[in-house]
Amino acid sequence: MPIAHIMASGMTGLRAGGDLVARMELSKSMRIKDAKEYVAKKVGVDVFDLADEYAMRDVREELGIGVITSVPGAPKGIAAKMNIEKVLGTKINCCETFRNQLKQ
Amino acid sequence: MATEYVLRMGDGKRVFMTKDKIKEEAIAGAGNAVDYGLVPDLSADEIDKIVEICAMPGKSVAVEFGMEVPVTHDIGTIRLDGDQGNSGVGIPSSRLVGMMMHERAFGADTMELGHIDYSYKPVKPIVSNECQMMEVAQQNMIVPLFYGAMPNMGLYYTPDGPFENPGDLLKAFKLEEAFASMEHSAEHLTRDIVWIMQKLMASGADGVNLDTTAAAGDADAFGTLNAVKALRAEFPEMYIEVGMAGESIIGMHGMLEFEGSILAGLWPHQQVKLAEKAGASIFGPVVNTNTSRSFSWNLARAITFIKECSKVAKIPLHVDMGMGVGGIPMLETPPIDAVTRASKAMVEMTNVDGL
Repeated sequence: MPIAHIMASGMTGLRAGGDLVARMELSKSMRIKDAKEYVAKKVGVDVFDLADEYAMRDVREELGIGVITSVPGAPKGIAAKMNIEKVLGTKINCCETFRNQLKQ
Repeated sequence: MATEYVLRMGDGKRVFMTKDKIKEEAIAGAGNAVDYGLVPDLSADEIDKIVEICAMPGKSVAVEFGMEVPVTHDIGTIRLDGDQGNSGVGIPSSRLVGMMMHERAFGADTMELGHIDYSYKPVKPIVSNECQMMEVAQQNMIVPLFYGAMPNMGLYYTPDGPFENPGDLLKAFKLEEAFASMEHSAEHLTRDIVWIMQKLMASGADGVNLDTTAAAGDADAFGTLNAVKALRAEFPEMYIEVGMAGESIIGMHGMLEFEGSILAGLWPHQQVKLAEKAGASIFGPVVNTNTSRSFSWNLARAITFIKECSKVAKIPLHVDMGMGVGGIPMLETPPIDAVTRASKAMVEMTNVDGL
């Protein structure tokens, strides 16, 4: 059933830009219109492109913010999230925690 | 003879209805929401839109281009490795595998880590294990990752918990004792949620999903909202999702207030204002499905409630659209035709921010 919602109404996460829009809703309590406009501006695409897998694939790869397939050498996991922090201008708790664990 | 369209009852059974009948049901369902919640009725155009979506020829339908929304997931990975009690499908996989499958294979916009019991209280003795799992998961995941569980205040009552069961006390007309038991349980619930989330935030959680808030009534909501307030004060950047258990808060206690509002009897458009005051990032309103009524009745009723909730909300809404809520039939395998129609109608007609 969740897959049916993703197919009917969802932004398909890493396939396009759903995780980025969700981050702005969650971190800044932005409503959908504002969250989409904010993310589109930050990643340099049209709002319409945010749920378009074709448009977002190259953008994600170029920005190093994680792609759906396992590209060798591409940022994954927490490395991709550190790039998302920079691109969206937002703090992510696990990235902060990770940085605080590093020795100078 | 008028054309009949495939539709569902609230229990999922397939039925056939004419457009006139679908419309009649939608008008009655919307009217029911108006009567119960004192919210504005749907317009004639909105009723027509529900009929149009119900009568679409394809088995699956979808939102128009550009109207897509992100989705959050109550219970998360447990739907894969959990047992039937959690509507899980029993695939022997780790929670990390489940989370990564949702992210990389299913296209989930967010995910959550949760304990198999999916309640906060049982997490206390094994919180270090949850912290360890959260750390490993955050190293590997990219989408926002919550720690999720139910406040489930019923676990604080006998025989499962330390406080006498208010149901038993009320039956014996021991009203003061029953109220005291609920108040003590709510205090413990607040304390446990805050303590658990302090540990998980130190292990890198993005935030918390409080799923099925108020399942044990107004004291459950009281304890949960106080936990949200305390967490927001301690973690200003934390993602906090408050999802409800039902459309109206049951007044088991009846006199508990949060920020000056009596909790008992609140409907979604009133609940969201308290979630905002507490410091929630997003809110998950619920509208229950009536299994004896048709899909169009339930869908129109859900849309009437959520439209008003969305109108007054300042924070994003991720409407609960699982089994038996949001117009979706009440069964473990809700038919895809009904799920996608409810999904499309809810997103296109209520300006919500996610599901």
